[in-house]
Amino acid sequence: MKYYDKLIFELSQEGRSGFSLPVNRYPAAPEVPAGLKRQSALKLPQVSEPDVVRHYTNLSQMNFGVDTGFYPLGSCTMKYNPKINEEIAAMPGFGGLHPLMEDALVPGARKVYEEMNKALAAITGMYTFTFDPCAGAHGELTGLMIMRQYHLNRGDLARTKVIVPDSAHGTNPASAAVAGLEVVEVKSLENGRIDVEALKPLLDNTVAGIMMTNPNTLGLFETQIEEIAALVHGVGGLLYYDGANMNPLMGVVRPGDMGFDIMHLNLHKTFSTPHGGGGPGSGPVGVAKHLEGCIPAIKVSGFHGNFGVILRAYAYILSLGKEHLQKVGQFSVLGANYIKECLKDKYKLPIEGVCKHEFVFDGLINDGAHDDVPGATTLDVAKRLLDYGFHAPTIYFPLLFHQALMIEPTETESKETLDAFIEVMRKIADEAAQDPNILHEAPHNTPISRPDETTAARNPILKFQDTL
Amino acid sequence: MLARIGVSKLEDLYSDVPSQFLHKGAYALPEALSEQEIRDYFASLEAMNARLKVFVGQGAYDHYTPSVIPYLCSRSEFLTAYTPYQCEISQGTLRYIFEYQSMMCELTGLDVSNASMYDGPTAAAEAMKMAIACTRKKTRVLLSATLLPNVIAVVKTYAKFHGVEIGMLKADGGQTSLEALEAELAKDDVAGVIVPSVNRYGIVEDHSGFADAIHEEKGILVEYCDPSALAVVKTPAEWDADVAVGDGQPLGLPICYGGPYVGFMTVKKEHMRKMPGRIVGQTVDKQGRRVFVLTLQAREQHIKREKATSNICSNESLMALWATIYLSLMGPEGMKQVNKLSADGAHYLKAELLKTGKFEDVFPDKPFLKEFVLKYKGSGLKERLEKAGYFAALETEEGYVSFCVTEKRSKEDIDRLVAIVKEG
Repeated sequence: MKYYDKLIFELSQEGRSGFSLPVNRYPAAPEVPAGLKRQSALKLPQVSEPDVVRHYTNLSQMNFGVDTGFYPLGSCTMKYNPKINEEIAAMPGFGGLHPLMEDALVPGARKVYEEMNKALAAITGMYTFTFDPCAGAHGELTGLMIMRQYHLNRGDLARTKVIVPDSAHGTNPASAAVAGLEVVEVKSLENGRIDVEALKPLLDNTVAGIMMTNPNTLGLFETQIEEIAALVHGVGGLLYYDGANMNPLMGVVRPGDMGFDIMHLNLHKTFSTPHGGGGPGSGPVGVAKHLEGCIPAIKVSGFHGNFGVILRAYAYILSLGKEHLQKVGQFSVLGANYIKECLKDKYKLPIEGVCKHEFVFDGLINDGAHDDVPGATTLDVAKRLLDYGFHAPTIYFPLLFHQALMIEPTETESKETLDAFIEVMRKIADEAAQDPNILHEAPHNTPISRPDETTAARNPILKFQDTL
Repeated sequence: MLARIGVSKLEDLYSDVPSQFLHKGAYALPEALSEQEIRDYFASLEAMNARLKVFVGQGAYDHYTPSVIPYLCSRSEFLTAYTPYQCEISQGTLRYIFEYQSMMCELTGLDVSNASMYDGPTAAAEAMKMAIACTRKKTRVLLSATLLPNVIAVVKTYAKFHGVEIGMLKADGGQTSLEALEAELAKDDVAGVIVPSVNRYGIVEDHSGFADAIHEEKGILVEYCDPSALAVVKTPAEWDADVAVGDGQPLGLPICYGGPYVGFMTVKKEHMRKMPGRIVGQTVDKQGRRVFVLTLQAREQHIKREKATSNICSNESLMALWATIYLSLMGPEGMKQVNKLSADGAHYLKAELLKTGKFEDVFPDKPFLKEFVLKYKGSGLKERLEKAGYFAALETEEGYVSFCVTEKRSKEDIDRLVAIVKEG
């Protein structure tokens, strides 16, 4: 990847443009009164179509996507995004539908929602889904609103708390706070699972519910889920399932069967829709039958959610069908365990045993620290991986370990890719042991080197500064 | 691989799962389809939908998408990347977000933009929460009754659960009433006020005196905007607003049955650290070269956890790229022309409809651009137009019919629509 330094503003030449509009054949409308007109000049770039195409093509070449290479980013499920799905989403008979068209005008679109609803219900064991949320965090928020609405509908106003494990995704407590719930943290045991004994005293009639992901963010199955569900239900609370970690359960275990009442799915993770550099996603929320009535009161997006993303996800489900879908979870778990076993002599594995789709190392076993040379950190390992053409794993999350390195390979990677990654990870561990400075200075062959993030935050430059 | 792990079959990888939770039997799902069958199946679904010429806006505007945009946005280096956590291999994403932020600041006139939000209504809901976070001891946020219905509905949902009281501001002659605003502000509990720049009737609102009245009471003014229209109408900054939000959909994003779109938010500098969402900033790398990173992350959910006032993380990055490329292609002149074509078409349609004698002009003296409402004297107009291939005359809560014209509609389309109206 080469280094390209321009911003589109810097290509601007007075009088140049890249648009093509029809001739105006209307009589001129009266102008907006002077007091309501824009006063300042509009300083957008003035560039031609070739300028635009070359600029953004150059920018794209400074990016790394799933199509570029292996992307073992824990908790993000960076699986391959099938191309037929893009074609389906671009069909004009979907793209040209106005969102306020009544159902009778758009039976094809409604059918996508209905069939998708049935498919997701079958996969998860939930009763029905709402497709309004546009992302995973948006789904969490919606699900918690549904949880509160359920208690409100029963006239139970005392339930103001939600229990969240200390290993939870950062969005969980944030979503709870936005939904007006007080977060009560429950500790994890040494073995990475929720401490059921610590949970018990937290449970009473002020608890609206618990938010869990299973497997949890360490990639470990919460083996005591049945007891947890009974305890929470026993005090009248509900169980929320954070579907960010649904991939290993696809075709194997259904959250509804484990006692979860509400859940969200990340269609951009489990159902293969592209992440788009941070959206658009889709975070449909499923509920058990007794919560169906709580959905209509909750309006969380402008129209019907991200229809374009839902289309892609449905094409994915149809391409897998009932048979292949059952292999998704198993193969994702196979890949993760394989990498873990092949690297645990070089990287600290805090908790032994079979993992699910992902697992967490707590840094290097030998970080190479000697005399006054500090050892290689997880950040250093991550940056060195970029040199070898791999995306880095998720780092410094979960917060339970200081040097967390969270690896999720997904089911769409071949054994050859996993082996190549393992080889590089071993090589990096050896480099660290010999000379950690190689890692401290990494990356060496990427378009840019490490940025000065302190200055970025202290003296924020957040938009193009020069005048056009 | 199984041997390396030390198990003999795939099922053993789930030995920690209590056996009653292992799903037995087949899933109630369709059989797998080949790629060819998938294409055919979706083509059959697509064919079931009506193909109508869209003359309705109400938050989704059918502007033209230059072919360059889907071409560039489908480049897989953009499409299949995650949020740019590893900036050394994400400069493409980070640079276009920086450009997007710059363009949104330019359109709204405000100082700081975030990297995008889900859609316009949720951006307004985030602004509502931000108003509460920015103003101590104030508990209420006012919404203009002239905001789009879905904006009001979403903000109310968020407010209900977040524990924020919402007050509605009455309209007077189709625009937010300053008198009503002053009366509400006198109650001394208003944290913020959300008003539309161009409102649900298509009217360009006059917000003279709004900012002064609100700032006097230490509240913040939020302008809900159509970013395309900001090329020609007074900007949030020119109204002295503190925050601008809206939907970027009119910037060439397909109407696509409601999404994906892209919400935006820009703020005055003093509110920067209260702004939700990701922000990209400029800095230098070790060689001193200009580079871009995610910055000011101390505001965000993954750091603040339960102390966060927003839970947004990933947003609508690819749709922000879509809008950025659109604005690059259009430039200042293209944006002016799109607005003029649409407004001229809308004024022509309105004049022709009034000539039929079947409508009453509800707000005759109010300035508008591409969207307007009328009162229809008969009934069943929308259905008649549908049969003739038009999605138009959408009935509003107030009993008006709403029309919208973009540059994608031709004069012939309009003349034919008017002819159908005359026949009825």
